[in-house]
Amino acid sequence: MSDPRIVPVVMPKWGLSMKEGKVTSWLVDAGKKISVGEAILEVETDKIAGAVESSDAGILRRCIGTADTVYPVKALLGVIAPEDVPDTAIDDYVASYVTPAADEGDEDAGPQHEWADLSMGKVRYAKRGSSGDAVILLHGFGGDLDNWLFNIDAIGEYATVYALDLPGHGQSVKSLANPSLKAMASAVNEFMKETGIASAHFVGHSMGAAISMQLGADLPGKVKSLTLICSAGLGPDIGPYVSNYIAAQGRKDLKPVLETLFADKSLVSRQLVDDVLKFKRLDGVEPLLKALNESLFGGGIQRDAPGKAIAGKAPPSLVIWGKEDEVIPAAHANNLPGAKVHVLEGAGHMVFMEKASDVNALIKAHIAGN
Amino acid sequence: MARKISMRQAINEALDQEMTRDPNVFVMGEDIVGGAGGDGDEDAWGGVLGVTKGLHAKHKGRLLDTPLSESAYIGAAVGAAACGMRPVAELMFLDFMGVCFDQIFNQAAKFKYMFGGKAETPVVIRAMVGAGFRAAAQHSQMLTPLFVHIPGLKVVCPSNAYDAKGLLIQSIRDNDPVIFCEHKVLYPHESDVPAESYAIPFGEANVVRDGKHVTIVTYGMMVHRAMDAAADLAKNGIECEVIDLRTLSPIDTDTVLESVEKTGRLVCVDEAHPRCSIASDVSATVSAEGFSFLKSGIQMVTAPHTPVPFSPVLEDFYIPSAARIAEAVRKTMAN
Repeated sequence: MSDPRIVPVVMPKWGLSMKEGKVTSWLVDAGKKISVGEAILEVETDKIAGAVESSDAGILRRCIGTADTVYPVKALLGVIAPEDVPDTAIDDYVASYVTPAADEGDEDAGPQHEWADLSMGKVRYAKRGSSGDAVILLHGFGGDLDNWLFNIDAIGEYATVYALDLPGHGQSVKSLANPSLKAMASAVNEFMKETGIASAHFVGHSMGAAISMQLGADLPGKVKSLTLICSAGLGPDIGPYVSNYIAAQGRKDLKPVLETLFADKSLVSRQLVDDVLKFKRLDGVEPLLKALNESLFGGGIQRDAPGKAIAGKAPPSLVIWGKEDEVIPAAHANNLPGAKVHVLEGAGHMVFMEKASDVNALIKAHIAGN
Repeated sequence: MARKISMRQAINEALDQEMTRDPNVFVMGEDIVGGAGGDGDEDAWGGVLGVTKGLHAKHKGRLLDTPLSESAYIGAAVGAAACGMRPVAELMFLDFMGVCFDQIFNQAAKFKYMFGGKAETPVVIRAMVGAGFRAAAQHSQMLTPLFVHIPGLKVVCPSNAYDAKGLLIQSIRDNDPVIFCEHKVLYPHESDVPAESYAIPFGEANVVRDGKHVTIVTYGMMVHRAMDAAADLAKNGIECEVIDLRTLSPIDTDTVLESVEKTGRLVCVDEAHPRCSIASDVSATVSAEGFSFLKSGIQMVTAPHTPVPFSPVLEDFYIPSAARIAEAVRKTMAN
C-alpha cells in the first residue's frame, strides 16, 4: 500500500470521445507548493486545449509527463504529496502506477448520454453525480451539452447535474413549434417533469441563461438559484455572432465566427469547427436556428427581456461574464438587481471554458450557499 | 443521433432518406433489386455488393432493375432528369462507363449550356471504383480524371461513411449531373454517422490531419494510406497535413493552397494513372498559383501507367502504399 497522502496527477478525460491527450507544457515546476484548483499543466486534445487543475494541495513532487508527448486518459503525469512523504515512497508509487484501462473503475461508467421523450421529440442529456440538489446546465445558441466538458464533472461531485441538448441543438430533435424563449423554457419544464426534477439550480450560458430566467419568471418554484454566464436577456445589445454563425456554410467562414467566442482565439481547433459544421449540416437545423434567431435577436437586438420579467422576484442569482465577450457586452452583467457579479479578465463569451476552474469555484460556492 | 455504420449502410441510408423525402427520387441499375434467381422479394438482394439491400421492399416500384445495357438506362436516367425526375443510376463498375459516354459527356453534361441555362439535369450516376478487390483490369480502375475533365459534370469520391452519406444526399439534391464514385474496398469501412439527413456542400475539402511540415493531398481510399503514412512519419517528427478533397469537381483549391502556404511542401497521392490525373492537376495548380510557397519540388504518388494486374501480388504492388507515400514525403523534406 502506498502512502494515502500521495495524489496522482493524471491525464484528464474531457468529453465522451477523449482517449488521449498531449501535454503541452507544465505551468508549475517540480518542488513547488500548489493549492487546490491551481492550474498545473496544459493539455491539448484534438478538440480543445485546457489546463489540468490540482485536486489537492501539497507539493508537486514529480513532473512525469513530458511536453509534446501524447498520453492515454488516466496516465500518470505528475505526483502531489506533502513535504514529509519520503522520496523513496514517491518513487515506489511512480514505479508501481498502472494506467487503468479506459472506463475501468469509471464512476460514470453508466450511459454517457440519456434521452427524454418530450412532446416535441427526443431530447438528449448527460447526467453526472447522484448526491445533493439537482443542477441543470443550459447551453447557448448553436451550442450543445458538450460545451460543459470542463464543468459537468466538477459540479457532479457535489450535485446531481443534468446537461441538456436544447431542442434544435446537439443531438436533440431538430423541430420546435414557434421557436422562442418561451417555447424553450417550456421544453425545459417538460424535461424536468419527465425526469422527475421538482426544482433545480440553473446554470445557463448566453441564450441558456435567458431561458433559465424565463423559466424562473414563468414558474418561480422550479428555480432554486440562477447562475447566468454571459447571459442573454439582460440588455438589448448583441453582436453579429448569431447571424454569422447561421450564415457560415464552410470551415473557412465558420472559423473566424467561432473565434469571436474566445479571448484566446487559438482555442478554436479544427475539430471544434468540424463538429459545429456537422451539426449545422443536419436537415432542419438551419431553418430552426433562423426562426429562433428571428424570435430572439431579430433586427440585431435582443427582443426578450427575461431579466426585467424576473427582476425583484429572482431567486439568488450569480452573474459571471468574460470581460472580453464579443457577443454580448460585459456591461450587461450589472443589469440584474441584487445579483452577485463576477467579470473575469482574459476570457470571452466562453468564459466557463476559458476560465473553467474560476467559474467552477464560483458555481460551487453559489449553489452551496443557496 | 450518431452511430457507427459502414459506408455501404451510409449510402443505403442516404438513398432511403432521399426517396422518403422526395417522391421524384428513384433508383435504377443492373441487379439493384434482384439477380439471385429467387422468387419475388426473396430475389431482392440489393445489387452486386448489397448496397441497395432492403430498399425495394420499402420503396416498392421505385427501384428499377434494368437490362444489361448501360447505354440504354443511363440515357433513360439522363432523359428522366431533364424531364423533372431525380434519378440515381447505378452503373455497377465505373469501368463500364465507356458504352454510355455520349449520354454523359455530350448530353447530360451539355444540356444546361446548350439550352441557355433553361434545362437542369439532376441525375446521379453511382459507380464503384478502385483496385484491391481482386477484380482484374476491367473492374478495378480509378477513372475519376476522365470525368473531371468534362465541364458540366460534378465528380465526388468519398473516403468514409460520414462523407458518403452527406455527399450522396447533396448529389441527389444538386441540379447538375453528378458522378458519384464509391471505392469498393471502403464499403465495410465504419465511421460515426448521424441518423438524421444532412448534406455536405461540394467543393469543401476536409483536413483530416493537421501538420506543419508537408501537405498530402488525396481522396478516396488513398486518404487511409496517407493517414497511415502520416502516423508513421510522425514517429520521426515529420508532421503531415492530410487533405481529403472529397469532391474532385468542383475542387477546393483554396484549402490546398492555404495548407501549402503553411507547409511549403506538397505530395499529391492518386490511385489513378499518373498522366492527366488528379495528382497532376493539383500539382499544376499549386505550381502556378503557389510557387512562392514551395520549399522543394512537388512529389506525386500514383498507380503506374499500366492496367490493374490480375495477380494479387502485382495488384498490391500496383496500388500506392503507405510506404511509397512516406518515401515521397521524405523526398520533399530532403531540401
